[in-house]
Amino acid sequence: MELAIFILTSLVAIVAALLVILQRNPIASVMYLVTTFVAQAILFIQLRAAFIAILQVIVYAGAIMVLFLFVIMLLNLRREDFGKDIKLRFKPLAIAFAMVLLIETLVVINASLVPAQPGADLSATFGSVQGVGKELFTTYLYPFELTSVLLIVAILGAVVMAKKKL
Amino acid sequence: MLEFILITIIKAVVVVTVLLLTCAWMTYAERKILARMQSRIGPNVAGWKGLLQPVADLVKLLFKEEVIPGGAQRALYLLAPLLAFIPAMLPIAMIPFGNKITLFGREINLVIANYDNGLLFILAVASLSVYGIVMAGWSANSKYSLLGGLRSSAQMISYEIGIGMSLIGIVLLAGTLNLVDIVGQQNVWYKWFIFRQPIGFLLYFVCAIAETNRAPFDLPEAESELVAGYFTEYSSMRFGLFFVGEYANMVTVATVATTLFLGGWQGPFLPPVLWFVIKAVAVLFIYIWIRASLPRFRYDQLMKFGWYVIIPLALANILVTALIDLL
Amino acid sequence: MSEVGLTSFETYFPIFFQIVLAIIIGVLMFGVSAMLGRRSKSRVKDEAYECGIEVTTDTRHRFSVKFYLVAILFIVFDLETVFLFPWAVNYKQLGLFGLVEMVIFILILLVGYVYIVKKGAIKWD
Repeated sequence: MELAIFILTSLVAIVAALLVILQRNPIASVMYLVTTFVAQAILFIQLRAAFIAILQVIVYAGAIMVLFLFVIMLLNLRREDFGKDIKLRFKPLAIAFAMVLLIETLVVINASLVPAQPGADLSATFGSVQGVGKELFTTYLYPFELTSVLLIVAILGAVVMAKKKL
Repeated sequence: MLEFILITIIKAVVVVTVLLLTCAWMTYAERKILARMQSRIGPNVAGWKGLLQPVADLVKLLFKEEVIPGGAQRALYLLAPLLAFIPAMLPIAMIPFGNKITLFGREINLVIANYDNGLLFILAVASLSVYGIVMAGWSANSKYSLLGGLRSSAQMISYEIGIGMSLIGIVLLAGTLNLVDIVGQQNVWYKWFIFRQPIGFLLYFVCAIAETNRAPFDLPEAESELVAGYFTEYSSMRFGLFFVGEYANMVTVATVATTLFLGGWQGPFLPPVLWFVIKAVAVLFIYIWIRASLPRFRYDQLMKFGWYVIIPLALANILVTALIDLL
Repeated sequence: MSEVGLTSFETYFPIFFQIVLAIIIGVLMFGVSAMLGRRSKSRVKDEAYECGIEVTTDTRHRFSVKFYLVAILFIVFDLETVFLFPWAVNYKQLGLFGLVEMVIFILILLVGYVYIVKKGAIKWD
């Protein structure tokens, strides 16, 4: 049962991810990316990480993709524009970068492959809001406070870029 | 196992049916109450005192022609109503609408999903409901739709923050995100969270009205300037799905407010389910009352209000609540 | 509190079923209406609604950058809200320590907020 759900959701995630880049309509791409994120959320739930799953939906599917949509609508391409202007001379460079990324990914995956431990001992609150919160606000307090600085940089950057005139 | 599946299915089907019927007759109630408040009669032809009006509306919508504008992006245009409707049907699953009851010797929890992260689930679903509106606005290739969709989505995301922050106070006091547990903690009337979180309640309600695009925050459908906003180009049941979605969202807001602030199904003498319905209907009535009383905001006022008033107030509310809780 | 953080059939089946039910009802309403409604085509019907006058110019204009700004600020504050939830749930155990942490976190972000207000980033005129 659990395996069947896993295979089905991963399939949805992968197919949707492929469709993000394989079809030309940017708004449809956004919708496929949202589908991928929701499928990933289900995978997180299977990993006993309910809080991360909900974050995945709220932050990625619900907030960041809305920004993507706004940017696409802001540029407001006509249908005829889709797919034009792809600079062919960047193609070799793009392929090279993609290869490097692929090899890197393979190396990382290879290094992090740990034999699965059946019945690994998870505490009762593992992955829940309570559990994550406790860790975040005690053990990982410093990184947590640093995120606020990161967020402030994001605010400043956005305002400076968008409002040069003021 | 099988029994659990069966009970869940029955509960879900019953609750969703009641939800849809509530949406249908809420349109009637709204028209009737608005009419009364404006010294009119309101719908009074279909059935006794017009009570069959929603049925007539449904039949009309079903038989209407479906027009797809020529310049529309078909797939997205057709998907949009579903994207607006489906998220609106989900949060109700988390709401406990009564105490445990014993039926045929089995103890049944009157909530579809007793989920520990229930409150976050509701927020997550709400964060997805913006897509239906953006898609509708974008795909129809009409200026009114596009402007309405864009405005509406910017408004929704601005007030979504307010909703999240206004509920933190409750979580602080209750220490849980499970709605069943939150109701359990409000077992006598003076323990209702509205008395310990009056500002939180006010913030939540105002943000929720804005999030559901209702008066006085109904700019996306400001008839006098934007025709019907993002669903200008929709007809027949596709339009109906947006409409039902909007009313279902109102019902969700009312039930969430009831559960978090008004003690949920708790109350003396009357059966719990009845208490739940009374409180939810009262909140829905306030919704309509506000629509009849307040003029519409201007868009710049709306955005300013959201960012300059709601967010600082919500943050202050959180810190003050935390401080008081500590003492 | 029941089964904290465990994937269990009893926790997720009701949610799953609710989603399935919502999809079924949505598609059903869609389908019935598509079957019952009559259809006729004409050139005028194909046009977008523009108060009855001829459609002028294209819909695809560019938009004010303010919408983009609102979306970015939304992400930042949404993240902040999301951090508040695990904090609030654990607040009873964290106590004064927790309050101080969150005050620092909010204060830092408040600097950014004051900056937005001062710059008039969300002014709509």
